[in-house]
Amino acid sequence: MIKGKVIKYGNNVDTDVIIPARYLNTSDPAELARHCMEDLDPTFVGRVNAGDVMVAGRNFGCGSSREHAPIALKASGISCIIAETFARIFYRNAINIGLPILECPLAAQEISEGDEVSVDVNTGIITNHTTGKVYQGEPFPEFMQQIIKSEGLINYVRERMGQK
Amino acid sequence: MGMTMTQKILAAHAGLDKVEAGQLIMADLDLVLGNDVTTPVAIKEFNKIGADGVFDKNKVAIVPDHFTPNKDIKSAQQCRLIREFAHHKEIANYFEIGRMGIEHALIPEQGLAVPGDVIIGADSHTCTYGALGAFSTGVGSTDMAAGMALGKCWFKVPEAIRFNLTGKLQPWVSGKDVILHIIGKIGVDGALYQSMEFGGEGLASLSMDDRFTIANMAIEAGAKNGIFEVDQQTLDYVKEHSTKEYKVYSADEDAVYTRVIDVNLSEIKLTVAFPHQPDNTRTIDQAGDIAIDQVVIGSCTNGRIEDLRAAARVLKGRKVHPRVRTIIFPATQKIYLQAMKEGLLEIFIEAGAAVSTPTCGPCLGGHMGILAKGERAVATTNRNFVGRMGHPESEVYLASPAVAAASAVTGRISSPEEVVL
Ligand code: SF4
Repeated sequence: MIKGKVIKYGNNVDTDVIIPARYLNTSDPAELARHCMEDLDPTFVGRVNAGDVMVAGRNFGCGSSREHAPIALKASGISCIIAETFARIFYRNAINIGLPILECPLAAQEISEGDEVSVDVNTGIITNHTTGKVYQGEPFPEFMQQIIKSEGLINYVRERMGQK
Repeated sequence: MGMTMTQKILAAHAGLDKVEAGQLIMADLDLVLGNDVTTPVAIKEFNKIGADGVFDKNKVAIVPDHFTPNKDIKSAQQCRLIREFAHHKEIANYFEIGRMGIEHALIPEQGLAVPGDVIIGADSHTCTYGALGAFSTGVGSTDMAAGMALGKCWFKVPEAIRFNLTGKLQPWVSGKDVILHIIGKIGVDGALYQSMEFGGEGLASLSMDDRFTIANMAIEAGAKNGIFEVDQQTLDYVKEHSTKEYKVYSADEDAVYTRVIDVNLSEIKLTVAFPHQPDNTRTIDQAGDIAIDQVVIGSCTNGRIEDLRAAARVLKGRKVHPRVRTIIFPATQKIYLQAMKEGLLEIFIEAGAAVSTPTCGPCLGGHMGILAKGERAVATTNRNFVGRMGHPESEVYLASPAVAAASAVTGRISSPEEVVL
């Protein structure tokens, strides 16, 4: 079970603002985290705490395929992202690196900055402890649950290769 | 219920007779691609898998194009890492500086993408090869790592939007205007998780370079891939560039689409995307008076020979506006050479433009033309997000090479018709 405080953004948050290209000459997670969200919200790095949940609108993570984006968010302490919809490459990247993300338009609209929420990744249930409201997010198909359970695609592939 | 082009290709590569939208499949890969930004992350993950080598040395391509020629020590380290990996794993398609190009212009030119292929690339504009009737899509570095090890990738079978093309482009109007027009209409998430399938009688009038530009920006509408019906032009292109075996797929007559959108090419006008989203489009006659500081012509979207020819037609015998910096970067060495033979480079340099070796450079705000605070650029690239080409308070306007070149001459966003009388 994931539990944390909400940091909220709007629609079409692109990977260029999640981690600007000028920092892509490294792939070190800690270094990337230092510049996470910088061009959209320079206060993010200073106020994010380990376990915080990011909530956003439509098409979160659109643009470049840089896996540095979910890596930077994960390394900055974000434990889960809830959005109305995700851009597809970001969606697969997050799953592949084992960062839970959930689509739930209603929750994404109603949850506010600073709310305390908990997320059950297995069932897709999102609880807003500040307002008491409960939401049913889109649960992962089984195949993706297996990847998340293996803590990412690489472990999943290793397990598969081991079976061979 | 029939299948779309994309669904048919995916079914064949998953060893299935039939797939349906939403189904999760494992598909065999014909090519796995990476660049100098995404491959270092993929190598880290690849090493964790513990595979001896890549699944097929001829089916992996690595192109150092983003921060090359190395912009600083860190990017040099990244390139060294991928160079050594390519060498160690005996990867046939590693393209060194001097022989390279921007990946999405280079891969088709090298004959590495053909109709019917399934291709993944750790770069979002991998969707470019859909112009050839292949299924190709951008993924992340971890997918690239798993793809290099297994030769397979997981996909959710997409639904599709069908674009029926009719008519013929007006003078100066190009593939760039077509795709900007479409994105302006459906929005940056208008095709989210879906394929954009292009076909119809209007297709014949679009050159391969136009099609590459259109497929390239499918991702800017949120699409999983863009794909074009294969016609004689496609086959001629493949014959000229590739010796790979290919297979032509076409959609079933009863294929199911979420939407069918008619696009009359004759009605499309020169189009510009204003900051900070590619769907914030206006036709050139509604652009207003926007003074600019820089023009960038090139990138995987518009750095091909036809693009350079269009720019040269505008710049020939003219001068870049004194207040404007103009940077032109042919997308591959071959295109560079061709442009030289045709005298285009001379036209550019005479006009007062800088001409660069192939690189992504300014397109992603990497190097070679970064914008200062408050500056504006007209670029033939594909993204105009906040900070994309430099300072978070700079602005990028996306346009075709003809519009970009005309704007370079006048110093404000302009139609080529204003300049070439
Ligand atoms: S030219 Fe621009 S969009 Fe194309 S691959 Fe390079 S950085 Fe990406």
